[in-house]
Amino acid sequence: MFFAVLQRLGQMLFVMIGISALVFLIFFATPGSDPAARLAGRNASPETVEAIRKDFGFDRPLPVQYVIMMNRLFVTQDLTSFVNRGLRIVPAVAQAAPVTLSLVAGAAVLWVVGGILVGVVAALARDTLLDRGLMVLALIGVSMPVYWLGEVMNLVTQSRFHDTILFSWVPSLGYKPLLTDPWGWFKTLLIPWFTLAALYIGIYGRVLRANLVEAYQEDFIRTARAKGLSPARVMVRHALRTSLIPFVTMFGLDFGVLVGGSALLTEVVFGLNGVGRLTYQALLNLDLPMVLGTVMYASFFVVLANALVDVVYVLIDPRVRES
Amino acid sequence: MTFVEKPILLDVNGLTVAFATDRGPVTAVRDVSFSVREGEILSIVGESGSGKSVTLLSLLGLHDRKTTRVNGMVSFRGRGILDLSPGELRSIRGREIGLISQDPMTALTPVYTIGWQIAEQIRAHERISARAARKRAVELLGEVGLSNPQEAVDRYPHQLSGGMRQRAVIAMALSCNPALLVADEPTTALDVTVQAQVLDLLLRLRKDFGSAIILITHDMGVVSEVADRVAVMYAGRIVERGETEAMFESPLHPYSWGLMGSIPPLAGPRLARLKSIPGMPPTPDRIGEGCGFAPRCAFARAACLERPPLRKIGTQAALCVLEEPERAALRRTVLSAEELA
Repeated sequence: MFFAVLQRLGQMLFVMIGISALVFLIFFATPGSDPAARLAGRNASPETVEAIRKDFGFDRPLPVQYVIMMNRLFVTQDLTSFVNRGLRIVPAVAQAAPVTLSLVAGAAVLWVVGGILVGVVAALARDTLLDRGLMVLALIGVSMPVYWLGEVMNLVTQSRFHDTILFSWVPSLGYKPLLTDPWGWFKTLLIPWFTLAALYIGIYGRVLRANLVEAYQEDFIRTARAKGLSPARVMVRHALRTSLIPFVTMFGLDFGVLVGGSALLTEVVFGLNGVGRLTYQALLNLDLPMVLGTVMYASFFVVLANALVDVVYVLIDPRVRES
Repeated sequence: MTFVEKPILLDVNGLTVAFATDRGPVTAVRDVSFSVREGEILSIVGESGSGKSVTLLSLLGLHDRKTTRVNGMVSFRGRGILDLSPGELRSIRGREIGLISQDPMTALTPVYTIGWQIAEQIRAHERISARAARKRAVELLGEVGLSNPQEAVDRYPHQLSGGMRQRAVIAMALSCNPALLVADEPTTALDVTVQAQVLDLLLRLRKDFGSAIILITHDMGVVSEVADRVAVMYAGRIVERGETEAMFESPLHPYSWGLMGSIPPLAGPRLARLKSIPGMPPTPDRIGEGCGFAPRCAFARAACLERPPLRKIGTQAALCVLEEPERAALRRTVLSAEELA
């Protein structure tokens, strides 16, 4: 067991190094462009470009350049943005990360609970009006673009109906840190959580319903019913338990990608300065050091989420344990 | 052996099962009647699609209530099973009637140990601690002949062979000491050698636990070996029923003649071709009131288009228009034709 975990961590590290090398090559070794000029950003003076070239060793071989870059990014952490001069990459990402994590983690709780509820209720009420209604609602959730839903939510809660009892509690847009103002944190994030979760509740609910309906065709469900178990126990302990594997796979991927910056649209709509927004602005300004930093951060979470999914597999499926 | 008849445990009378489908209702089982006495083994024989499994599932109330209509009377220990509430039905399932599934590979939930699954059933019906339930599970696994029950109890289904899994399934069905075991082709998915072991096990358990067994199968060899009585199903009806010995000695229904004729002989020269009944059984949506076997029957006549009468001879009963002595004569021609072939 210990060895397996160690092996998995080793694999993670290997993948991370691979990604960093790839990102480095894409941005700094593409033929036909001068990495020093790119790093300097638009409208940089020739002196700045020359200084950067020396500083990053762009006159030296590629592997040396890579090592210098990684050293400045991770070890000395003095890599700075070239657009917002003096803004250090690692602290900037570290400052944006809690915002994104708060947003995605809260939404994840909502969409896991909501997805399971929708899937289980629809599967139990299969082919009834309730089932159809839930599936249509889920489809609507999947179909609504998050930026549109977010703007509508803002329109309703911040403007049109803000003065009614229903939404007067909604604070103005922006992030409030969890540690200094937990109640404010909760209130500012509640609407964004629901907005981000709507899509995933729809997807997860529909997928889970399909898996459960399939599970109910299985012999072991017939066995469970023939044992005289209650319908609730058959559903939760036998059907749901065996249908969780695809659910967990999807969750791992979605969570990793969202924490890595894919919650961009939600962040922008609700004025949350998260990693997605940071990446977006860096890309707009061709702020290469920042792009490098945020991509590394994003890949870390995707790889971490995948490793966690593997661990959860082992916990929920004994057949995985041996292989 | 005493000749005192044991009391009737399960009495099925006029059982009819129809499914709602996109093309209207389809009747899979029609007017089926049989009974099982305590401690007795009744074998229901028939081809795939003849309604064996559907009959069995409605005995446990396991059919889909939304799409299935079940009529008739199923009386278990004097209680009408079809009229019970879902809760009352659950207290019978697993406790008084145990189910042994066809395919042990898929009959157990893959994510729990077999001990857990057996204990789950015990604890669904009895107020008993988890430790006591586990101890019972170990005993049961030993009872069904698993060589190392202490260890097997913590095994997951995928860690066991097919035969071991089927033993685990049987142990689970037995866990609450049911009066009736319902076994749906329990040996079909197993190797031949393992089949024999599982059959021996069923016979021994009948003796030790005193459970009656309904054994569904299409294997005539299995029937002749273990069954006290046989019911032959064809196209949703029981076309013949009777005591095993009499049935094998002198089957009444032309379908039974074909069924017996298709058993390869153990002695004598090897047949160039196995005997078979020409034609295919009808699909459930094409069965009318008349005899379902008539289109394939060499002796069909106009009267077969109407509902066949039930004729009783000794311990046997058959749904067929043929009457003695014509039946005996026809059967002799079939048998002598077989001998000539």
